[in-house]
Amino acid sequence: MSLLERIKALLEEHDPAGTPRTDFLRARFDAGLAWVHFPVGLGGLDAPREQQRIVDEALAAAGAPDNDPYRIGIGLGMAAPTILAHGTDEQRRRFLRPLWTGEEVWCQLFSEPGAGSDLAGLATKAVRADGSDEGSDWIVTGQKVWTSMAHEARWAILIARTDPSVPKHKGLTYFVCDMTDPGVEVRPLRQLTGEAEFNEVFLTGVRIPDAHRLGPVGAGWAVAQTTLMNERVAIGGGAQPREGGVIGMVAQAWRERPELRTAAAHDALLDLWVQAEAARLTATRLRQQLAAGQPGPEGSAAKLAFARLNQEISGFEVDLLGEEGLRYDDWSSDRWTTDRPTTVDFAGRGAGYRYLRAKGNSIEGGTSEILRNIIAERVLGLPPEIRVDKDVPWKDLAQ
Amino acid sequence: MSPVGLLYSEVEDDLRASVRALLADRSPWNAVLARCETDQPYDAALWKALAADLGSASLAIPEKFGGAGASWREAAVVAEEVGRAVAPVPFLTSSVVATAAVLAIGEAAGEAGELLDRLAAGRATVVLAVPFSCAPDEAFPESARADELGRLSGTVTSVADASVADLLLVPAMTESGPALFAVEAEAEGLKRDGATCLDLTRPLADLAFAGVAGVAGVAGRQLAAGDAAVAALSHALRVGAAVLASEQLGIAEACLELSVGYLKTRYQFGRLIGSYQGLKHRAADLWASVAQARAVARYAAACVADDDPDAPVAAALAQAYCSGVAVRAAEECVQFHGGIGFTWEHPAHLYLKRAKSASIAFGTASRHRAALGRLVDLPAA
Repeated sequence: MSLLERIKALLEEHDPAGTPRTDFLRARFDAGLAWVHFPVGLGGLDAPREQQRIVDEALAAAGAPDNDPYRIGIGLGMAAPTILAHGTDEQRRRFLRPLWTGEEVWCQLFSEPGAGSDLAGLATKAVRADGSDEGSDWIVTGQKVWTSMAHEARWAILIARTDPSVPKHKGLTYFVCDMTDPGVEVRPLRQLTGEAEFNEVFLTGVRIPDAHRLGPVGAGWAVAQTTLMNERVAIGGGAQPREGGVIGMVAQAWRERPELRTAAAHDALLDLWVQAEAARLTATRLRQQLAAGQPGPEGSAAKLAFARLNQEISGFEVDLLGEEGLRYDDWSSDRWTTDRPTTVDFAGRGAGYRYLRAKGNSIEGGTSEILRNIIAERVLGLPPEIRVDKDVPWKDLAQ
Repeated sequence: MSPVGLLYSEVEDDLRASVRALLADRSPWNAVLARCETDQPYDAALWKALAADLGSASLAIPEKFGGAGASWREAAVVAEEVGRAVAPVPFLTSSVVATAAVLAIGEAAGEAGELLDRLAAGRATVVLAVPFSCAPDEAFPESARADELGRLSGTVTSVADASVADLLLVPAMTESGPALFAVEAEAEGLKRDGATCLDLTRPLADLAFAGVAGVAGVAGRQLAAGDAAVAALSHALRVGAAVLASEQLGIAEACLELSVGYLKTRYQFGRLIGSYQGLKHRAADLWASVAQARAVARYAAACVADDDPDAPVAAALAQAYCSGVAVRAAEECVQFHGGIGFTWEHPAHLYLKRAKSASIAFGTASRHRAALGRLVDLPAA
């Protein structure tokens, strides 16, 4: 059966107009039309990734509901590829379907207050409940931070230290953590924008069955690489029309409000416009390389440029607005309590918010400094950083 | 906007390999430097091999006019390699700018003429007689004038590659307005004075016309007049600006490679200097800028190749962006190399001088930003 025939059959058997949203999404998953590059039986058809667009467009045109991909981005972008690559058949069958339909939201318990760029230095520990028995449950204790969606999540991907007596990369294990466990406490983390996109997560004696371990004991770092590689692909690579990003908002203000214009600001604006267009064309070229099967390292360049540009452009915008730049749209407390954002709303908020939120762009998903290390070492082949902690047992490191 | 292809084709990869091999064999940087110190900075044999034997001169000329029937896209790949080798050949001026002007005139007239034949065969080096700094959006130059018999008088300063040209395309004002004339370089009454230039690899000359006569043959022949002449001139300069971005990309790539090579071999304080973040992060930033310049230069080449309506934006963008990347790459190359990078015996200065001069060619980055302001409706104060 061809792709189009499958789409037609799905729509015939489950009329989007008369089918409850979740039922339709489950049927779509079972028809292999969820993510066509996934294996048959797990929501896919073992088909090339670029065919997904055909499915998405055909179903959207037929008025079918989608799975709200922005809301479940961590599950789709990070948990799913990791479970697919490293999970057991049982884990794949249990987790992937409700992950994709959005019935179960996922979050990521990686960063810690003491382990940011140096993620492998993390301190959250997992020990066997019954001493050293193979197959027994794990008890997890520690603190995680920068966790988007933890307050709505059913499951988390988690890295914890299972052996402090070996060097830091070797003593880690990767788990799926039940966020409804009584030992999990989620607190909103209010950021400098005034709102709370993220959380702190305190883990106190959280019990995880051994069946929810992803990959071998001690192989957590290798498993995490799958997650982190997918995170970098997810940030900064999307298709944009000209003036599609923050530059478009400044350009609009410039066009609509002649009273703001000065000669110096004009040249500065055009300089930013040029850089934004260069970054956009670079992202376009990167996508063309991927589509042609020539993936390149330019993704890290795109992320670096995106962070720096968003910061420069949003800073320029606040300056340009003058008196208005002294104001802020909303510091109200419900932004970090009851009405918390689930996505970053650059377009719907004010210039002050854009300026402040953009500060996170060079920190989240790998700081710009770490990205430069990666480019210098992996692309240019320059000498690696001197790592004094590489061969030292984790427990003996300065904490 | 339609999706414009920004990748290199296999044909382009093959072309690049041929050009790179030729330049590596015939024009290594130390040969370029040695030649720059003589009164013969140009390598005529190399130019013949590149233009005629490899066919680079005819890439953008349609087959119906005797060319290779490729496009500015392929010409831009040659420009990258010429920039990478800081080669002293008049590729940009003759095979790109002058060829674009002649093509524009020929397309308008529906016939190619003898001039395009000579260009296509790589037999003539033709140069557009405008200052190298002239931008596509500048007013038609008035420093040269022609009388009713087509006799030229006046001056044109800072014309790139004019000293090796066989033929000059001269924009001049006539009684009835702008016109473009073809003048033999050896014509009587034409004086070419070589200038002392910042860039050693692309010499400039000042031209003085003292009643250069419109005699038989092509000498002093009026090629186009009025709007056709104005359009041909701005088109040629726009194609030049777009393709120069690829030359600038080649300069930047070469500077990055030289720099990274040095960072990997030079020890100070008992460590490779490339292990210091103060240097490796700057190298990473430079690499990221070069990756962006590649996308911008490819876009510009594709837009002028396809006569895309976005070509004016693409060419202005290319000069506003790639100029700066090439200059920064060359400046960083000097600094990364420390003392040795400041010497005459190291190639960094050849790149620095070419990059800095190229950033003024066809208009500075700030001039192109101002042009973009008009093109994309971001008006001045």
